[in-house]
Amino acid sequence: MKLKVLGTGCPNCKRLFANTQQAVRELGLDVEVEMVDDIQEIMKFKIMATPALVINEQVRFSGRVPSTEEIKRLVQLELGGES
Amino acid sequence: MSKYSTTSHQSGPDSEHSLYETIAPLMRYASIAAILIAILIAWIALYFSLNPISTAVTTRLFHLDLHHRAGNTVQFFLFEAPKVLMLLLLIVFVVGIIRSFFTPARTRQILAGRREAIGSILAAALGMVTPFCSCSAVPLFIGFVESGVPLGVTFTFLIASPMVNEVALVMLFGLMGWRVAAIYAGTGLAIAAVSGWVIGRLHMERFVEPWVYQITVSSEEPEFERILWLDRIDRGKQAVHDIVGRVWPYVLAGIAVGAGIHGYVPENYMAHLMGGSVWWSVPAAVLIGVPMYSNAAGIIPIVQALLEKGASLGTVLAFMMSVIGLSFPETIILRKVLKLPLIITFVSVVAVGIILVGYLFNFLF
Repeated sequence: MKLKVLGTGCPNCKRLFANTQQAVRELGLDVEVEMVDDIQEIMKFKIMATPALVINEQVRFSGRVPSTEEIKRLVQLELGGES
Repeated sequence: MSKYSTTSHQSGPDSEHSLYETIAPLMRYASIAAILIAILIAWIALYFSLNPISTAVTTRLFHLDLHHRAGNTVQFFLFEAPKVLMLLLLIVFVVGIIRSFFTPARTRQILAGRREAIGSILAAALGMVTPFCSCSAVPLFIGFVESGVPLGVTFTFLIASPMVNEVALVMLFGLMGWRVAAIYAGTGLAIAAVSGWVIGRLHMERFVEPWVYQITVSSEEPEFERILWLDRIDRGKQAVHDIVGRVWPYVLAGIAVGAGIHGYVPENYMAHLMGGSVWWSVPAAVLIGVPMYSNAAGIIPIVQALLEKGASLGTVLAFMMSVIGLSFPETIILRKVLKLPLIITFVSVVAVGIILVGYLFNFLF
């Protein structure tokens, strides 16, 4: 599984990054969360608001900072689909 | 995808189970509605008893005289601080729900292909309700420009969005009444629409960084998530958590300073400095305000106190707009997609608009 947080370094982006790391830790996964802060790289995902969470190259949401719980559900959903 | 929509996939073939499946969400909605109504009633009851409570606490608990400076200051703070915070909780929650209907992508769809005049007015209005933080300015700018939204209309949105926001309006309404809030919203939207129109007329497309036009954005917006009503309520709660959680210290600090000015600064003290008869007060207020970066929450209580002590409405309005509307971090971020001449034009056009509004109100009132 690949997790990316898209954001240009604003407070919201940092919070999403922290929440995502927390979610991964709470789920006991050995997954690295990547922070993508290059704007041209971010625009490849065709989003119009930051921050955004990308799971396996798929944008899951953009422009908001969901709770750790919601991120955990999204990650678990993806894990369920993988197995 | 949401936590509520996943349950429907598990429905079994037996009828009893599916009956439960249909009733359970309804029960859930009903109980949440009941809770929300109960909270609203408690809110209203508390809101309208804030004045007697704050007076009682000041006179009976602190033994202060309301007609003296200290008592006046303390009562002002004890009344205004909870009032503004309560208004913020309610409005931010409601706006959070409203915003779940407007994504930047949907706003772009509405704006693409409009003529500039109609586009500008729509963009100003949509700037109010579309969720937007200044760190999203770049992806939003690219998304708009790419899908054929005119440059001027895009700027209208970028100007209106931070300037006319729910926190500013709630604080203006709470501290200065609905008239000032309405004047602020009306002139803020007008400045955004006219500034965007002017920037559009100047045909400055060549000052947009060329790489912006090289990105191809799919015309179809991928549907990331389906939202249920329960999720929208969740969004409201999250907005309260995020926004009120972030601004409350500024609100308290601002109102504390405001209360101090209210109680201790003599009447008409500001008249000779920020009064309507001082011609240079408006441009001076804008010059000081533009580089200042504060949110509405911190600045409005202070502005209210200045107004009370003889500063004129136009000057105060100009100061407030330049602090809230033109933010230094946002212009730095926009530099990634705009060349310097366009940035300077953007800031100057908006600043001139604010100065004109300032003079207009100093002249009218």
